[in-house]
Amino acid sequence: MIQTNQIFETLRMIDQEKLDVRTITMGISLFNCVCDDIRRLASRVYSRIARQAENLVKVGQEIEREIGVPIVNKRISVTPVSLITGAVEDPLPVAQALDRAAKETGVDFIGGYSALVQKGMTAADQRLIASIPQALSETDLMCASINVASTRAGIDMDAVRLCGRAIKDLAERTRDRDGLGCAKLVIFANAVEDNPFMAGAFHGPGEGDCAVSVGVSGPGVVKRALEAVRGASFDVVAETVKRTAFRITRVGQLVAMEASQRLGVPFGIVDLSLAPTPAIGDSVAHILEEMGLEKCGTHGSTAALALLNDAVKKGGVMASSHVGGLSGAFIPVSEDIGMIEAAACGALTLDKLEAMTCVCSVGLDMIAVPGDTSAATVSAIIADEAAIGMINNKTTAVRVIPAPGKQVGDYVEFGGLLGRAPVIPVHPFASDDFIARGGRIPAPLHSLRN
Amino acid sequence: MTVQSKAVVTVLGFDRKGIIARVSHVLYERGINILDISQTILDGYFNMVMIVDLSEPTCPFDELQTDLNALGRELGLQIRIQKSEIFEAMHQI
Repeated sequence: MIQTNQIFETLRMIDQEKLDVRTITMGISLFNCVCDDIRRLASRVYSRIARQAENLVKVGQEIEREIGVPIVNKRISVTPVSLITGAVEDPLPVAQALDRAAKETGVDFIGGYSALVQKGMTAADQRLIASIPQALSETDLMCASINVASTRAGIDMDAVRLCGRAIKDLAERTRDRDGLGCAKLVIFANAVEDNPFMAGAFHGPGEGDCAVSVGVSGPGVVKRALEAVRGASFDVVAETVKRTAFRITRVGQLVAMEASQRLGVPFGIVDLSLAPTPAIGDSVAHILEEMGLEKCGTHGSTAALALLNDAVKKGGVMASSHVGGLSGAFIPVSEDIGMIEAAACGALTLDKLEAMTCVCSVGLDMIAVPGDTSAATVSAIIADEAAIGMINNKTTAVRVIPAPGKQVGDYVEFGGLLGRAPVIPVHPFASDDFIARGGRIPAPLHSLRN
Repeated sequence: MTVQSKAVVTVLGFDRKGIIARVSHVLYERGINILDISQTILDGYFNMVMIVDLSEPTCPFDELQTDLNALGRELGLQIRIQKSEIFEAMHQI
């Protein structure tokens, strides 16, 4: 029997603490669209998605109404496009087909304009990477990602160099929108195949024909729970986060099962994530500050984030039958009001963010850097982050925006879930000769761990 | 967590005459049985929870939700109906 106080607790979480399900993401395999005629390929891709995801938004809205929890986004992820464009010259028509299909189905984003090049690049991978600036600047809802490193393969430094250039070019092409294109491109190490979160979602080659996955959210709920245990030891903090994460994840599991059943598509995974939004009361940085830090980014932030990230997973894992994706706490700067404030006052620097990515989900995310940051420096930032992922056997990623025409202290404004961010400094010393070397950084040894 | 046919109606707002009567009337008109009801008034603030049976409704869930929302607006109250699974999922193992 449900208790009255439990009912009101749930309502408070939804109304005041911004509990929501961030996304229902339908993963769709495009392997059955493969064809050596680009027009037919693009047309098949469009039809496949439009048909498969026809009811996704409608079902998402139904579930949202019936259980009374907002489902903020409905999204689609597809097979990495470089894997289906091996027999055609130009992948761009596929990008346009993806964007049209996203608009037709009414979803918020579609991800999977991607290539997996951790060990090396095929001709199709190179064509796809080269096309990214144009593809992302000429589409609205499509997201792209490149996996440049893995623990087993090492780091593909040729791809890292190309990605740095692509990011600079993309920023320039979307100059009138503060470099917005870069918010839709993620460079990964150890990318996962079932991530429902954008911009890095793709439907991996190891996945089936179709699956629905859910990404949960709820930093506000965790913050509120911690307010009730101020001054208590970390044992109590960890336990409180676990209990809260359990409840949040149960909502995700419920939504995932309902969506799977109503859409007639297998359930993929629940991604146990604390995903912030720029709204007040929905910040991961504020959770760290609630633990006793004056500002996120100061000494102690890495330890606080490590505890949070681990406790979220421990609490969530029992609440769901299949857990996957990027599970953990996200620290995107522009999408988190506490991160924005911390970066603006100088408490949170790029170097500290890099350290924090060693212990949290994913990596350097939604960070605006000066417009005159060179492509080689962007590549070097990617290489550092990929090295952290490769050595520590975790997923890391880089989504930086070298904001055209902007200096340190200026702001980029994206609006909506993407938020706004102060431009923060990068090191002024060059990495050009380092990036110019190319080749591969070998996969690391996994014994003698020191 | 299979689909069940129970829902939770919650009413929040300042107390006034006839709240239960009006809410119950909407449910009655739609052929919905009230299984349990609990109400508290704190400092003039009215909190009510009803567990209702949706196994024999005479209208779709959406319509019932629209009617209850409209009644809430008329009475200056927040009236919600949610499937009971959400509460069970969050508070029961």
